[in-house]
Amino acid sequence: MKNGVAIVGVGQTHHKSKNKEYKGQELICVAVKRALESTGLTMADIDAIVIGNMDHFESINYVDMWSVDGSGGYMKPIMKVTTGGTTGSAVGHAAFYHVASGLFDTVLAIGWEQNSESDTTAAISTCFDPITEREYAGGAIGPLAAQYTAYMSKYGATEEDAALVSVRDHNNAARYNPYAHLRQTITVEEVMKSQYISYPIKLLDMCPRTDGACAVVFAGGDKARKIVDRPAWVLGVGDCHILVHMADGIGLANLPSLEVAAREAYEMAGVTDPFKQFDVAELYIPASTAGVCWMEALGICEEGGGPGLIRSGATEMGGELPINPSGGVLATNPIGATGLLRIGEAALQVMGKAERKQVEGAKLAVATGFGGCFWSDVTVISSSPQLN
Amino acid sequence: MAVRSEELGDSGTLMYPSRIKLPYTWHAGRVGSRFYREIRDNCKIWGTRCPRCERVYLPPRETCPRCFCAIDEWVEVGDVGTLLTYTVIRYAVPGIQPQKPPYALGIVKLDGASTGLMHLLGEVEPDNIRVGMRLKAVFREAREGNYLDIMYFKPLEP
Amino acid sequence: MLVPRCVFARSYKVDKVGIIGVAQTRYRRYNPASHAEMAYQVTCEALEDAGLTIGDIDNTITVCNDFWDGRTISCMTITEATGSHRVPTTNVEGDGTYGALMGAMRILSGLHKVTLVVAQSKISEGIPQVISNAMFDPVYERVLGVDAISSSALQMRSYMSKYGVTEEQCAKVSVKNHGNAKANPYAQLPLDITVEDVLKSRVLADPIKLLDASPISDGACAIIMTEEKTAGERCSKPIWIKGIGHCADAYHLGDRDLAEVDALVSAAGRAYKMAGVINPMDEIDLAEVYDAFSYMELMWMEGLGLCGRGEGGNMVDSGVTELGGALPVNPSGGVLSAHAVQVAGLVRIAEAVLQLRGEAGARQVEGAKVALAHGIEGACGQGHCVFVLES
Repeated sequence: MKNGVAIVGVGQTHHKSKNKEYKGQELICVAVKRALESTGLTMADIDAIVIGNMDHFESINYVDMWSVDGSGGYMKPIMKVTTGGTTGSAVGHAAFYHVASGLFDTVLAIGWEQNSESDTTAAISTCFDPITEREYAGGAIGPLAAQYTAYMSKYGATEEDAALVSVRDHNNAARYNPYAHLRQTITVEEVMKSQYISYPIKLLDMCPRTDGACAVVFAGGDKARKIVDRPAWVLGVGDCHILVHMADGIGLANLPSLEVAAREAYEMAGVTDPFKQFDVAELYIPASTAGVCWMEALGICEEGGGPGLIRSGATEMGGELPINPSGGVLATNPIGATGLLRIGEAALQVMGKAERKQVEGAKLAVATGFGGCFWSDVTVISSSPQLN
Repeated sequence: MAVRSEELGDSGTLMYPSRIKLPYTWHAGRVGSRFYREIRDNCKIWGTRCPRCERVYLPPRETCPRCFCAIDEWVEVGDVGTLLTYTVIRYAVPGIQPQKPPYALGIVKLDGASTGLMHLLGEVEPDNIRVGMRLKAVFREAREGNYLDIMYFKPLEP
Repeated sequence: MLVPRCVFARSYKVDKVGIIGVAQTRYRRYNPASHAEMAYQVTCEALEDAGLTIGDIDNTITVCNDFWDGRTISCMTITEATGSHRVPTTNVEGDGTYGALMGAMRILSGLHKVTLVVAQSKISEGIPQVISNAMFDPVYERVLGVDAISSSALQMRSYMSKYGVTEEQCAKVSVKNHGNAKANPYAQLPLDITVEDVLKSRVLADPIKLLDASPISDGACAIIMTEEKTAGERCSKPIWIKGIGHCADAYHLGDRDLAEVDALVSAAGRAYKMAGVINPMDEIDLAEVYDAFSYMELMWMEGLGLCGRGEGGNMVDSGVTELGGALPVNPSGGVLSAHAVQVAGLVRIAEAVLQLRGEAGARQVEGAKVALAHGIEGACGQGHCVFVLES
């Protein structure tokens, strides 16, 4: 990895439920141009591009090829990575490896989705096995709901705990993130009163579907230092696709893939005490319930400690470990971009460029991705090229 | 999606026929929408010109793919052009073809445009199509604001 | 519940990536095996070929496409079968050569030691023309019903028109490659045909005739790559990746000069520079290129610098690209003889590896030391990925 890999710039669209102004490639272009602007680079400076989305949401085959008008891929090396919900973070990791390999010095990662162009739940349902699962599959919500039911039963967590997560993320988006899709402040009472989608997940517990794009510029260490004063160093990456069939995950109270991916990313980065060492976390929480039951997988609380952590207020802005100052996935969910947004937002934090979302003095951040069959990606990002 | 099973011959493996049927509505964006409005309302074909390289793009773009700079200028491109290449499709595919085959497809470089436009060719026998021939756009009577508002390109009378 | 995972190698310097294992299924129009079964077969066989077990693999790259597989997150189908649930993994949705590139980058980063790359597809499952029609922009060209065949016909006409290449010369590629396939136990379509047979075959979309086109195939391919030290220790004949390059041309076909191969020239240039190849015509011993249609082999030879621009037709006329010639192209029979989409580029790498090991049996190119493997992406070869391999 020689001189390390850093993120030097982030760009994103103003996310909306229906972005009618822009054709797909144009939406991508908005994010790309903003990322370039933030670095002072031009497209000529980009050595390679990695792009990702989920095919069936827009029904475009070979999106990397289709995208070149907007992604800047004309006469450039470009490839596509897609892994379901983790696509955004997988794209980020792919860009990381492009640079870490030494083959490319400045690489653009793009995640995007125009969910309004199709029926999201129907499209997601095609991920299930056509012979054994697809007939009865209910999209992404069912398995997440079943997971929290198990967690509540095992550790005494409550629906109110999940509601606290929802209130935290939505209110962060409303207060601090002008790019977020959903920007209304809500209360626990409103969450508790909202309609059940799949017990115990209610409407205000669930992420939206969004049109949006995110672009992140990765660069090799020496190059990064020339581009920005404070690069965001990628110290650790972990990917884990440990489960394969939906039924394998239903009934599990925790998220094994997150535990494994976190362990690997932490080991690579040298993180030994996540709760103390991380200053901020941008977590892929697709339903508020996950914001309770997945915390221990990251090692930021004890097993079963999710409710305690949430109730303590430690994860609020101003707390010991603010989670999702951007509002996270509950506020913004253009699926192919969502994982990359977590990486981008975490990078902005340690670069000191998170504006209203900024956690003061943030130096070490963790970003996660979730999707597929309970799969996870974890990225550790730091303001210095190595931990102490 | 109802699933049926059919036994497959001697190998004994089952096959389950099924279909992915998903509804889509694609956003043409501001630029694409203006392109189609001009075709629908005025039978005019407009492209956009890059301020840096001066290429005129058809279909129109708001960013030049080569220079990667913003494009603001709209240019009316004529409805007459030259055939760059063509083919005659002679096989049927369910659900995706605008016409029953055989039908001709070509790329036409309209006078005033820097890029070619892929479209159908009509009013010409397959044997009489030649690279380099001059063509003219034929618009539909009832236009809706989509690609097939141009019915096809036909040979230009000499 | 948790499967023990390989500990990350601490970052170390890696200059050389060696391919130490390859496997492929026999390509067929319909393979009754499922996606996972095919992936499992090639995973096991590649491990056996490399003398490794699944525990030696510390990361995987799968190559699956949601359209061809008829499934969102299609890589889920082969996660277990490829051991991807055990180790860091990602899915490249593009030709297998791009997957191999990703795998090589993982090793060059110094963070992983042994990468398994698996590509699979079952083209028999869907309606290929509908799936390739989905490459085209839904707001513009898609409604024309254009697909891989008709768009390639536009390119073939453009190429022939600009450079005076003839249908006969394209047909010679088909005759050569189907003939070469007779010596390849994996190939789907070994055929004894003549130029006349090709010219008389049913016209699909002028000027592409049935025998100018690749077949519908099911298949899978796997390769295992590792860094220099492990390759030297574990394998008697590691095949080194000396250079890789990839590049994409413009998207709308009308934006491109379809008779030109700019993106391939760029990709090949990158690969040659990395490999130190100055004169490909002299330095390359054989080339496995992605001939989805007969004319493509001629165009790609030009883009790869194996002959001059517009000289592809003359090159096939000369006999130089025959199995016994000075620069055999597609001794395996190429994509014309077996076309599992997304897999076929990885197959070109696997075939090149077998050649450079001297293990290509009846299709062996004598004394081969440096080979090209090539894959394409998108319509009319919009994207290209080139590998230079050496024994």
